Amino acid sequence: MTSLLPQTRPTRPQTGDNGEYTNRPLSPLKKRARRIDRILTYVPLALFLIFTLVPFYWMLLFAFRPSGSTSLVPWPITFEHFETVWNGSGFGIYFKNSLFVAVMSLLTSTVIALLGGYALARFKFRGKTLFLVAMLCTQFVPGAMMLIPLFEIFNAVGLTDSLWSLIISDTVFHLPLSLVLMSGFIRNVPVELEEAAWVDGCTRIQGFRLVVLPLLKPGIVAVGSFAFISAWNNFLFAIMFISSQDQFTVPVGLSYLLGEFGADFGALAAGGVIAIIPVVLLFAYVQKFLVQGLSAGAVKG
Amino acid sequence: MSVITPERPAQSKQRKPKAKLRRFYPYFLIGPAAVLTLVFLVYPVGSVFYYSLQHSNVTQPWNDGFAGLDNFIAMGSDPLFWRSLTFTLQWVAVEVGLQFIFGLALALLINKTFIGRAVARSLVFSPWAVSGILTTTIWILIYNPSTGIGRYLADIGIGEYGFSLLSGSGTTFWAVVLAEMWKGIPFFAILILADLQSVSLELYESADVDGASTLRKFLSITWPHIRQAVIIATLLRAVWEFNNVDLLYTLTGGGPAGATTTLPLYVAQTAIHDRDFGYGSALTVVAFMILTFFSLVYLRITKSKEDDK
Repeated sequence: MTSLLPQTRPTRPQTGDNGEYTNRPLSPLKKRARRIDRILTYVPLALFLIFTLVPFYWMLLFAFRPSGSTSLVPWPITFEHFETVWNGSGFGIYFKNSLFVAVMSLLTSTVIALLGGYALARFKFRGKTLFLVAMLCTQFVPGAMMLIPLFEIFNAVGLTDSLWSLIISDTVFHLPLSLVLMSGFIRNVPVELEEAAWVDGCTRIQGFRLVVLPLLKPGIVAVGSFAFISAWNNFLFAIMFISSQDQFTVPVGLSYLLGEFGADFGALAAGGVIAIIPVVLLFAYVQKFLVQGLSAGAVKG
Repeated sequence: MSVITPERPAQSKQRKPKAKLRRFYPYFLIGPAAVLTLVFLVYPVGSVFYYSLQHSNVTQPWNDGFAGLDNFIAMGSDPLFWRSLTFTLQWVAVEVGLQFIFGLALALLINKTFIGRAVARSLVFSPWAVSGILTTTIWILIYNPSTGIGRYLADIGIGEYGFSLLSGSGTTFWAVVLAEMWKGIPFFAILILADLQSVSLELYESADVDGASTLRKFLSITWPHIRQAVIIATLLRAVWEFNNVDLLYTLTGGGPAGATTTLPLYVAQTAIHDRDFGYGSALTVVAFMILTFFSLVYLRITKSKEDDK
């Protein structure tokens, strides 16, 4: 056993931040170069962090400090603004509606993207290019302009003022990204694994379920979360298709708070905090899958 | 095993019809996506093209009918169209330019090895997940003259009290640009970082052995590797900044006095507020053609450069 120890050492060389070996003394010149490099990393990074985090802090500050206070720390802490928006402005209901829309969009997007993504990744078929080009072209049309034709369609099928109109339009508008991401993930699963399963007597569906699906977990998490986030965030469709207040979503509620004359900043900030919590928590969790998914070849198409 | 073995003889018996069926597999799989796209994307886009050739104004019901190119001709003498188009180009150029510079810098920075990198990544990327309307909420709180950041800066002697960045004539544009950058830089950086991570570290090591400078390494190794991703990222950002209305609509409402109205925002005002759907559709078709033309030219230019090498 003891003889194994020295052997494991060379596989884990100690490296500095430039990737160079540090087990020998550095010349003063190199030391200086490294210090400069470190400053060049941490100073811009700190600036980026300030630029990113101060706006978040500013919202938290307004949400948790009493109205009229000008203190730069939210102390004494108060929950009065949350009380106001959750019960008074109806954010309790909006939150529930938003959650329903986002979860349903997540489910429909994931299932449709799994099916379509598999077809794009594993089959050559007529009309594939046409399908991809059509998807790409629709991205060039401003969403604002799609509102009226979409409204007419939902009107014809009796879905106006229904949360289902939001679920459908969110799913559809997010579909190109979901499909491209998912087919990238599926392409990364070696086709040989599936072929081996077929040789062993699995049908295509069994092969997919038993071999591909378990390996697709990061892809499913990524696609599902993006569908959730984009549905949760959607404002344009929600404000156009929904008219009764008990069907409002969180972004619509926020826009009404913004539109009030002489807006109550405390309530506005509390509404913002309610709107942000689910997405930021989810995003912190899926962020590494996002980068992974894009390097899976989605960017290169 | 017990499930699979009895199926085998059945499978070979049915091979012929199954092989025929197999040709339709991809269509079954793509079916739901295709139907949804057709009904809720392609059809609406088609109807926009159709209405662009029609007079269709809810406030003028007597005036409906085929318009030919009237709507397009009317654009030539519409000062609001030209102003919104100019502003859109300015907006896209400034936003994409700045997001490119800072997004690339952020991606290079966050790709280095340092303590707390994972946490730093989550933090600097988080505005990406924030909606347009929430971005507006946050920046309204920052820019408001009575309790915004301006007031505290005035306390320590920078700027003046009661100054509203969002209604000052020269400051509105940059105030909105900053708010949009807050959300856009992380998006750009994520797209680039995905590619940066696949650069082989051995290349940098051998460059170090040769004594290459940091700039030299960037130009000879990093840049050629991420060039394609940068091209796609800038194109995606340009289309997105061109089309997106959430932030401008809620933060400035296109004002003051129409100064921050982009073409899609003008489309929304024409079609939804003024109810002139024919003219709004024609404006959309023009926006569509500009984006398509720009994308094709952009991809052609960047591609031919690659072929020269």
